[in-house]
Amino acid sequence: MGGYYGSKNKTMEQHVLLRDVDVPNIREIDVYLAHDGYAAWRKALTTMKPDDVIAVVKDSGLRGRGGAGFPTGVKWGFIPKDVFPRYVVVNGDESEAGTFKDHQIIDGNPHQLIEGILLTCYAVQANVAYVYLRGEFYEPAKTLQRAIDEAYARGFVGKNVLGSGFDVDIHIHLGAGAYICGEETALLSSLEGQLGQPRLRPPFPAVQGLYAKPTVINNVETLANVPPIVLHGAQWYRQFGTEKSPGTKIFCVSGRVKRPGNYELPLGKYTIRELIEMAGGTIDNRPVKGVLPAGSSAPILPASALDTKLDYESLQAAGSILGSASFVILDDTVNIVWAARKMVRFFKHESCGKCTPCREGTYWGLRLYDKILSGHGTREDIDMIAEVASQMSGKCFCLLGEFATSPMLSTIKHFREEYEAFIAAHQGGRRNGYDDELIREGVIDEAGNLIVGHVGQKTAHHL
Amino acid sequence: MEAHHLLREKRTSEIEAILAKYPPERKRSAIMPLLYLAQEEYGYCSPEAMREVAEILDLDPTEVKSIVGFYTMFFEHPVGKYVIDVCDDLPCALRGADQFVSHCERKLGIRAGQTTPDGKFTLRTVMCIAACDRAPVIQVNRVYHYDMTEEAFDRLVDALANENGTGEAPNEQKQGLDVL
Ligand SMILES: Cc1cc2nc3c(=O)[nH]c(=O)nc-3n(C[C@H](O)[C@H](O)[C@H](O)COP(=O)(O)O)c2cc1C
Ligand code: SF4
Ligand code: FES
Repeated sequence: MGGYYGSKNKTMEQHVLLRDVDVPNIREIDVYLAHDGYAAWRKALTTMKPDDVIAVVKDSGLRGRGGAGFPTGVKWGFIPKDVFPRYVVVNGDESEAGTFKDHQIIDGNPHQLIEGILLTCYAVQANVAYVYLRGEFYEPAKTLQRAIDEAYARGFVGKNVLGSGFDVDIHIHLGAGAYICGEETALLSSLEGQLGQPRLRPPFPAVQGLYAKPTVINNVETLANVPPIVLHGAQWYRQFGTEKSPGTKIFCVSGRVKRPGNYELPLGKYTIRELIEMAGGTIDNRPVKGVLPAGSSAPILPASALDTKLDYESLQAAGSILGSASFVILDDTVNIVWAARKMVRFFKHESCGKCTPCREGTYWGLRLYDKILSGHGTREDIDMIAEVASQMSGKCFCLLGEFATSPMLSTIKHFREEYEAFIAAHQGGRRNGYDDELIREGVIDEAGNLIVGHVGQKTAHHL
Repeated sequence: MEAHHLLREKRTSEIEAILAKYPPERKRSAIMPLLYLAQEEYGYCSPEAMREVAEILDLDPTEVKSIVGFYTMFFEHPVGKYVIDVCDDLPCALRGADQFVSHCERKLGIRAGQTTPDGKFTLRTVMCIAACDRAPVIQVNRVYHYDMTEEAFDRLVDALANENGTGEAPNEQKQGLDVL
């Protein structure tokens, strides 16, 4: 079994998801069983019809935790009647920069995920579930596989579970390093053994998903919510969160704070400022420069937005999104041009290459950042970056391309003077603190000259 | 034993277990788990390795090659015995990952993207690996090492370099993987 990963930040009397914070060793099946484990599963199989499970999840108002926030019960309801087999696919690709919540659920509380998968299978009458985990989750996958094996041995998974006549199997499928495989249609392609590239929607996976069969696809954290909802009911669940954003959510806090980690909180109760305080405040108590609420994919929020409440609607009203709630905190020591380049580099690396605006836009975007960061930029390059991003907007095949524009556009919008100051201070290729990484990535040579025609960083792809 | 039957001769039961996860008419789904297996057996996704996977799945080897090329965790060229992946994505970089990578390069005497001349270590930089709160963070053959320091990295590399002449990797750093 892989080593336990996770932060033990006690933020609630009783956690709903990160129960490993409250209960030591809840990853072990006997400990889980002693704490209501598989009670929801028993309850569903003995007292509920599949539609009852869908109904309680609908009533709970649970929204998808993978990024889009779509109501989970509603999605399950889209599965067409009378088409079989159906599949449940669990999205454990967790590759958005700054996101590490599913990692802790899988490692620390795997049975709650398994129970959620089982309940979902029952709700939509699927007999097979695939858990797609990013390839780097090799150790968490071992932990989860061991937990699945235990659940089989106790009769919770397999043929005729608990004498109900319902058969269900759970298989793990490991990815192999590609952010785009977190996008649900790309994930399905990857799982089918094709290139992990997005497909046209519609048809949506609920209608034609895995192997062209009706498929429910949900994020790991989403499904971990299902057992407590089924066990305690929708009203109980709604004691947490707001009317439109019910429940608790795991907030991943990283970057320039003293205690980075996972913090489970009721949605809408606290502000970004309070979240940063929970994480110990910034390193050396520096002023916050900006916050990325959903890793690289969401527009940056300036310090003036720190009093925004932590829920879907409030973040949107503030000009960003809650997404996967991976809060990357930047303080005033961070060079915004450097930070933006890191994010653009991510998208350049992760663009699947299927469509031109994204493939070319991320390439040219990165080239412009290379030019500026290596001290060869001009003020016109700032407008050029904005132009590249605007050209991409609305023209990309999937949301990755759209995400890629947000570090460019939002940092220029809020921090344009800083771009200008950096360019002015580093004219003529003056050496700066970024030489080492730029040389490593093949952007400049040892003398500080831009390498003409370099193809971006040397990465894992070149091996 | 013919070279291109290596996998089928040595890993028969694991291949069967992998294929059993997917509907028989959809066995192409097994391509990624089989590539992991082949990579382990052949050291990388060599032409023979890809040919063998293609044969098991009744695919054209060029199709297997395109899958290998798409992902970062399948190696198209030989790599070191230990592949060290260091995350230098933004959240980790906000906690010193770039300086840490520079240290790794100095310690191993190679640049990221290269393999040591003795074939022992390959160093790569990777995008976020979902452990940003424990930065700097690395993976060695897919095993996480959290909260790295320069000293901890040196100790790890030294231990792997020596291996006490037993050829055995210390602790959990062995290659042999279960079927997943
Ligand atoms: C580029 C891209 C990457 C994504 N990555 C992930 C991911 O790593 N994990 C995830 O659960 N959802 C990810 N999503 C969202 C999925 O497409 C999908 O909305 C989600 O799995 C649905 O599950 P949910 O309703 O439970 O959130 C991504 C979407 C896009 C466009
Ligand atoms: S937008 Fe980017 S990631 Fe999405 S399909 Fe196009 S190239 Fe691929
Ligand atoms: S940024 Fe390094 S693990 Fe996330």
